Amino acid sequence: MTVFQYILLGFLVVCAISVSFSRKLLNSILIFMSYSLVMSIIWICLESPDLAITEAAVGAGVTSVLFFVTLKKIHAIDESGTKDERESMIERRRR
Amino acid sequence: MSRMKSEEEYRKTKAFHFFRWLSGEKDPYIGNLEMRPQKEYMRAEDSILDRMRESQMVMDKVYDTRHNRWLLLFRRFYRIMAVIFCIMLAGLLLFTVSYLPPTGNASNPDNNEVASRYIESGMQETGAVNIVTGMILTYRAFDTFGETNVLFIATCCVMIMLMVEDAELKKQEVMNDRRFEPKNDAILQGTAMVLVPVIFIFGIYIILNGHLSPGGGFSGGATIGAGMILYASAFSFKDTQRFFDEKVYKIAKISALCVYGLIGIYYYVTGANGIENHIPLGIPGHIVSAGIIFPINICVGLEVACTMYAFYALFRRGGL
Amino acid sequence: MRFMHYSEEEGCKVGANLLNNYGEAVAMVLFVIGFGNLMLQSNLIKKIIGLNIMDTAVYLFLAEKGYITGRAAPIVADGVQSAEAYINPVPSGLVLTGIVVSVSVSALMLSLTIRLYQRYHTLDLDEISLQLKKEGL
Repeated sequence: MTVFQYILLGFLVVCAISVSFSRKLLNSILIFMSYSLVMSIIWICLESPDLAITEAAVGAGVTSVLFFVTLKKIHAIDESGTKDERESMIERRRR
Repeated sequence: MSRMKSEEEYRKTKAFHFFRWLSGEKDPYIGNLEMRPQKEYMRAEDSILDRMRESQMVMDKVYDTRHNRWLLLFRRFYRIMAVIFCIMLAGLLLFTVSYLPPTGNASNPDNNEVASRYIESGMQETGAVNIVTGMILTYRAFDTFGETNVLFIATCCVMIMLMVEDAELKKQEVMNDRRFEPKNDAILQGTAMVLVPVIFIFGIYIILNGHLSPGGGFSGGATIGAGMILYASAFSFKDTQRFFDEKVYKIAKISALCVYGLIGIYYYVTGANGIENHIPLGIPGHIVSAGIIFPINICVGLEVACTMYAFYALFRRGGL
Repeated sequence: MRFMHYSEEEGCKVGANLLNNYGEAVAMVLFVIGFGNLMLQSNLIKKIIGLNIMDTAVYLFLAEKGYITGRAAPIVADGVQSAEAYINPVPSGLVLTGIVVSVSVSALMLSLTIRLYQRYHTLDLDEISLQLKKEGL
């Protein structure tokens, strides 16, 4: 059980780091959705079933859907989230 | 319009004054609290060139790192200092964690007499088998009321920002929403037709069994809200508006909050004056037991479900 | 060394519990990652995701404080009502409120992002602040 908890907590840290370093916005939100789901399993390991049901319904359900709908409304589904690509594009345009 | 009285007589009655105030035709504060008329938001039909020039200027100023050494230095300085600050914060927090008492220890300072009182007399005083639900809806009902209030206020704020009232803009929003999507996708509609009744029944089960098993108002309400979101995205909003349009939404939300408030007031008045409140606690383990937890769970579940669906509908098409 | 000081009361070692409280340590690390996201990213959506990560890290910390090893979830089973058989139910109630408030805050921030995009046509905070300075706000 402890080894299982170690693996889950390590997965949480890896998810959180990869959310910051991913290039596309859509990928970050998908990784955030899985982060929420693993959090819900950790609540069960800590013997709180109320929190597990609520986090699964709210975190991996409603919050992620709201993020997707926001992206669709501002037409940014394929947009990149970092500035580096835009900077290199501007440099190329200037040359 | 009343048919029993004539027009002039009706205008003198209190009912006419009340309904006029309710619908907003007559403002009793005009002349006392005046708001300055807001500036109209200028549409950019004739300033497209202006905006292009502006965006070019912004790109030059923000990303121009060759001609602006100060910008480059400041950006590097900010990033390095932010990373150093984060590392120092992490070190400080981990240092504090190492001084905390070990997790899972039964003699921690926070497992004191409050927790044992809730566990030992919880079932007798509240009638609920689920100790956490009994605690947040009887001992700490005020906190839960505040949280329901927060949901209400959040929906009002999102409505202020995203709701579209103009009829023409409304039609444009609706058209923009479904124009580039495949309509009537077979897989999605088939799955939704099978899953949505199951989700609704499961959500209602979670709400009603809040005091007997894990669950309660929040989890059940979130599940029902998610089920409605699935139904609204598989079929069009016209199908959802058959049973859940703006009027139903207003009535459900306001009455849920008011009923919770009135129950709270009743408990405060009887508890503070030492009067006996005649709500039966029932036998623990039966579904109609635990006194007042059963109606409060239903109110909270209704509120949360309406909130989740309202967020989705306001984001997608600017109206319910 | 001061960090290995052995405290007399309750026989617990002060300052050496880092590996024992691994859940809380991971919660602190997640908090700092979320905070770094909030400070260093310039995209608005990634800032909002960072704030959400900070929220869930705090809830993990709170739930870890209520856990007691070897005891069951706080639902009365078989009429056993002694305080020795269940975990601490109080932090669980606090986190339940927090999760639902966190979704309200996220929805509010996302609607603000939509309005900002409709006004300034960009998701980048540097560009928005530059345009605000130009307008004189």
